[in-house]
Amino acid sequence: MSVEFFIFLMVAAVAVMAALGLLLSRNAIYAAMFLILNMASVAVIYLLLNAPFIAAVQVAVYAGAVMVLFVFVIMLLGAEKLSQADTKPALKWQRPLSIGLGMALFVALGAVMITRLGVTPAATLIDTSPLAIGKALFTTYLLPFEVASVLLLAAVVGAVVLTKKS
Amino acid sequence: MTSIEPVILLSAVLFTIGVVGVLTRRNALMIFMSVELMLNAANLAFVAFAQQWGNLDGQLFVFFIMAVAAAEVAVGLALIVAIFRTKRSTDVDELSQLKG
Repeated sequence: MSVEFFIFLMVAAVAVMAALGLLLSRNAIYAAMFLILNMASVAVIYLLLNAPFIAAVQVAVYAGAVMVLFVFVIMLLGAEKLSQADTKPALKWQRPLSIGLGMALFVALGAVMITRLGVTPAATLIDTSPLAIGKALFTTYLLPFEVASVLLLAAVVGAVVLTKKS
Repeated sequence: MTSIEPVILLSAVLFTIGVVGVLTRRNALMIFMSVELMLNAANLAFVAFAQQWGNLDGQLFVFFIMAVAAAEVAVGLALIVAIFRTKRSTDVDELSQLKG
């Protein structure tokens, strides 16, 4: 077992524990903290997968900006203590059914993975430096890049309009 | 990492936990965070396959998914704040006016 695989196992265990913590926690702030832990551990896995730029963006955008927004809204609304409706759903069969359907989804994903994966040979290492990503972003993917900027502008305007007191 | 099978398995586990979260939680913020977990799992699969095929496009798609997710979070949280102003609650079960 290589050192990299050992690190992966440790970080993957942290990621799954954090996701389960998010699923089971009764306090929205704790859930947000678990999600930040999950995203940070996924960033480490990106580093192991030869994707340093994506790892940096994951920490800066996801674990940073997006989760700060989440924590800000939870505290602004004072919604950290989840209500009784969240812990005890109105539909009695909802929780067992959703867990059953989740298991079915996982079995389906696992079946596809076992039958389809492993037939493709591992490709040679590629240049994944931020320089290479920047070059691809401003040549092949220039149009999606510009569309993304328009999308972000529309989101900013939309967020301001939605929260403005009329 | 030479083989990506464990990473895809982890991605499947995280995605399943996100789906179960969306199905079981009744608070809009918790549902939203579970959706973020699912997006994260999909990103992980994208990066793993980019590594497997030696293709940079997978990583670029993750970059665009992150941009879309950031926009989605901004608008979604604004919607939750607007709903909270009228309902004083973030439970999705409260939003049942359209029920016949």
